Amino acid sequence: MSLSVKHLLGIKDLTPEDIDLILRTADNFKDVLQRPIKKVPTLRDTTIVNLFYENSTRTRISFELAEKRLSADTINFTASGSSVSKGETLIDTVNNILSMKVDMVVMRHSASGAPHFLAQHINASIVNAGDGINEHPTQALLDAFSIREKLGDLKGKKVALFGDIMHSRVALSNIYLLTKMGAEVIVCGPPTLIPKHIEKLGVKVSYDVRKTLEWCDVANVLRIQLERQNKPLFSTLREYSLYYGINKAMLDSLKKEIIIMHPGPINRGVELNSDVADSKNSIILDQVQNGVAVRMAVLYLLAGKKEE
Amino acid sequence: MKSLFTQQHLQITIERLAHQLLENHLDFSDTVLIGMQPRGVFLSDRIHQKLKELIPGVSIPYGMLDITFYRDDFNTSPELHIAKETQINFSLENKKVVLIDDVLYTGRTIRAGLDALLDFGRPESVELLVLIDRRFSRELPIQPDYVGMTVDSVAAQKVKVLWKEKDKKDEVVMLD
Repeated sequence: MSLSVKHLLGIKDLTPEDIDLILRTADNFKDVLQRPIKKVPTLRDTTIVNLFYENSTRTRISFELAEKRLSADTINFTASGSSVSKGETLIDTVNNILSMKVDMVVMRHSASGAPHFLAQHINASIVNAGDGINEHPTQALLDAFSIREKLGDLKGKKVALFGDIMHSRVALSNIYLLTKMGAEVIVCGPPTLIPKHIEKLGVKVSYDVRKTLEWCDVANVLRIQLERQNKPLFSTLREYSLYYGINKAMLDSLKKEIIIMHPGPINRGVELNSDVADSKNSIILDQVQNGVAVRMAVLYLLAGKKEE
Repeated sequence: MKSLFTQQHLQITIERLAHQLLENHLDFSDTVLIGMQPRGVFLSDRIHQKLKELIPGVSIPYGMLDITFYRDDFNTSPELHIAKETQINFSLENKKVVLIDDVLYTGRTIRAGLDALLDFGRPESVELLVLIDRRFSRELPIQPDYVGMTVDSVAAQKVKVLWKEKDKKDEVVMLD
């Protein structure tokens, strides 16, 4: 049994069986991470480069830890401070790195489709660690893993994605994953931050935070991505927070307990109030912890994928 | 296909193995049992059950170990191996470990198992119990301490232990 893909470019390309295999393999790695020695020798002859053309805290550290826990050798590349500033192209940069016998590439890039482009030009397996406003597949996988850990299964679960759906690659990857696995999805936010025709992806749209919270089992609150918004899409952060932010009083008034998720970094007091982010409903730090196990599973399954 | 063990024979052998363990470990105060995933666990379940009957009131720590991430053929094997659950909820520090598997063949699984065990602490000793020892086919210097039955076979043959829980009947067969 193995994955149907050679690269992890997006959840869009995965089958439900692939997703299930990744999540089940992540269960085993989560177990490894609870041991006194949190490391296995599996990828000892594999070298992985982490190619980050865009800033990152969680994802970069999480990938690096996952690689180290699998005993792979790692190299970290960040665009700032490299020869990218001298005008070296993406393909040249990657080919130079690969010529030093590197086996896999983990890449984050601000341009949507950058890893897909690279996949057509190099032989090594590529893991997309976020490309522009397109996808962030490992985030969706760790979100799914965390939901599954809390609620047992994804099928039939009601998941609401709140906030900047338009610019969020986490949203798109989550939509693909959750709909493939049989969960119900509502996206909720101001009309200016919800792309037209998004219903075609199999989700419902709501503009009413309160009603959506009442409906869902899981609220995945996404970050307002000011750095990607070229023109103003809402008047002020204060106004956004007032109409679309989630606070403790709202959660307390619901008739049921729901799970709060956020991919980080949190804009505290904007999309999520601190009293919610730090409440017992929040599994934000579990998500981060699960990220390492999920990324170990992805790297293991891709590195072990046999040539056909 | 040749039958090596019938159900009754298998039951008697498992009983003998349990008694041999008891003879060497007596009160099991520092001994733990570890079954090897995937198929050694069926044997270790039976042995564990039998020991519970033999020494009632004594709780013997019992776990299962998956060695997928410790294999030496990650790059050379024609297929990718998918892990099963490891469940060792106790430290192996200074314990006498009895590793249990159904068939001992090349010894490579046990080699990986020994590596994996060390991640749970440094045991005082490790013993190996197997139902079937396919002798003369070892690729590593590994020998069992408790053996159900020794079998002479060539590489083309395959010895398979069938378990009621999984295969609907208890039997050991050799496939040509």
